[in-house]
Amino acid sequence: MYFLQRTLPLLVAFAAGVIGIFTYYIPVAQTVEITTSTWYRIIAAFALFLGIHSLLHMHWHRIRRKQAGWAFSAVVYIGFIVTIALAVYNNGSGPLQPLAPGDGLDLNWMYTHINVAGGATMFSLLAFFIASAAYRTFRARSAEAVVLLLAALLVMLGRVPIGALISEHLPAVSQWLMATPNLAARRGILLGVSLGAIATALRIIFGIERSYLGEEGQ
Amino acid sequence: MAHLLLLLALVIAAAPAGGAETAPADVRAFDTPDDQGRSITLTWRRYDVLPDSVRYRIGISERAEGPFYHVAELDPKTTPTMADEPATFGTGEENRNRHFALIESYRDPEGPDRIRIENGKAYFIRIGVHGAGQTVVEARARGNYFNTSKLGNFALAGLFSVLILVYIRLARRKDLYIRRLAGLDALDEALGRATEMGKPVLFVHGLQDMGSPSTIAAVNILGQVAKRTAEYDTQLKVGNRDPIVMSVSQEVVKESCIEAGRPDAFNPDNVFLAAADQFSYAAALEGLMVREKPAANLLMGYFYAESLLLAETGSTTGAIQIAATDAYTQLPFFITTCDYTLMGEELYAASAYLSRDPKLLGSLKGQDLGKGVIILMLMLGTILAGIGFLPLPG
Repeated sequence: MYFLQRTLPLLVAFAAGVIGIFTYYIPVAQTVEITTSTWYRIIAAFALFLGIHSLLHMHWHRIRRKQAGWAFSAVVYIGFIVTIALAVYNNGSGPLQPLAPGDGLDLNWMYTHINVAGGATMFSLLAFFIASAAYRTFRARSAEAVVLLLAALLVMLGRVPIGALISEHLPAVSQWLMATPNLAARRGILLGVSLGAIATALRIIFGIERSYLGEEGQ
Repeated sequence: MAHLLLLLALVIAAAPAGGAETAPADVRAFDTPDDQGRSITLTWRRYDVLPDSVRYRIGISERAEGPFYHVAELDPKTTPTMADEPATFGTGEENRNRHFALIESYRDPEGPDRIRIENGKAYFIRIGVHGAGQTVVEARARGNYFNTSKLGNFALAGLFSVLILVYIRLARRKDLYIRRLAGLDALDEALGRATEMGKPVLFVHGLQDMGSPSTIAAVNILGQVAKRTAEYDTQLKVGNRDPIVMSVSQEVVKESCIEAGRPDAFNPDNVFLAAADQFSYAAALEGLMVREKPAANLLMGYFYAESLLLAETGSTTGAIQIAATDAYTQLPFFITTCDYTLMGEELYAASAYLSRDPKLLGSLKGQDLGKGVIILMLMLGTILAGIGFLPLPG
């Protein structure tokens, strides 16, 4: 039992990590990478069933127990059933056929008028959220907040036409802020991230990091 | 005299119409470097002045005498030079004056398909300009056992790996000082608050799948968080976008609950697939934040535009928010809306820091030394470039 619960996962993690490193540096081993990515896609397809089961199970519980917001869970079921029905009907062509064109209520219509529209609505909310987050942050209560406020003002003004009207130097200042301090900080973060990724990979490959097995580390 | 005139007429007829048209010179063919094989690289000298109508015609055969099968017809104006591929051919000045073409297949003389080049077989490659002669060269394709263009990467990765492993060994023998990470020190406070309030803790992975180092790091943190919530008897909710990440998270939470001696604390419904689409995922988790008002939101992993949607909604519900991400474009949003933000490498250090295991902490020390090496290299490079010892690109 210990072998199945601890040793085998560690061996799989070790083998997967070593294969990953080899395929990166050894060109002739790249076929292995193609094979493993195919395995990943197959596993992902099966995992999708688990995901659908999880989604429907959770929302079914909410509806059954009449939890707060259970009506939204009913919308999930309605959306799921209608989408499946339209995909199976496929404008009269039936399932397992290429998507048939149509100009009425079909899968394309659902995608364009519900999925895309809903996504665009959520995305557009960002503008309001940015405004409220910026208001809280830019109240200049500390020296760092003042620096942040000034930098943000210069960058924003330098990137709109009115900035150039105020001062011809503003676009250049904005560009310098983005290309020099901003880029330097970004590269510093990326270097740290790369080292962190190497350290995490080594810890997992050599079985030192076992948090994913529920252990503190051995 | 008649013979001389006839000879003169033949020479004139055979001469290229544009005057500048000549057979490609200095033609070389060789196995494409640093690849898995089945590819031959052809290079030849570039001419500055060629008539618009001129095309390079490349053919291939298994015998020197032919027949040659069509590979490609290239316009000299759009054919790349070796300088366009510095990763393969280096940065020599001469590269600007040489074209190159990769030959991976040729047209099947008996059908519409193309035939792939085979490793180890001798091929004769002919390149010519219409009416100006042609050149034939021989080459074989083969698979390479090491990508030499990644030699620098290999050396640095090897150096950093050795540093990290050395410090992991050192950590077994003596205590190493690790700087404090306020965000992680606040984790116990956040979980304690959730326990006192009797409200759940929400853990969000971000958008990437299990192949991303950020998600792996986030799952490692989830293991530590799940163990603590099981010990405190606090509900942990994990919202996922990817079904594989969801399955892995369920196992991690389950194992952590067992490890904490509280297998009954695991509820598979609490580790759920919120939605597979970015904004549907954000909407589902925002709905959960507003309805259930978790006492603590832990946003750990790689985030895109949904970062601010989640963090700002969480902020309005009054939850303690701890974010950890290596997505530098989203860092400003987290810094402005979360109580604590772990930046970049701190995401990868979090699991080791939380476990307090000496070996894991040793790897953090190795990371820091690696950063020191990079800083030294950057300073040295800056000084050398500053005094003109190293030429700056461009």
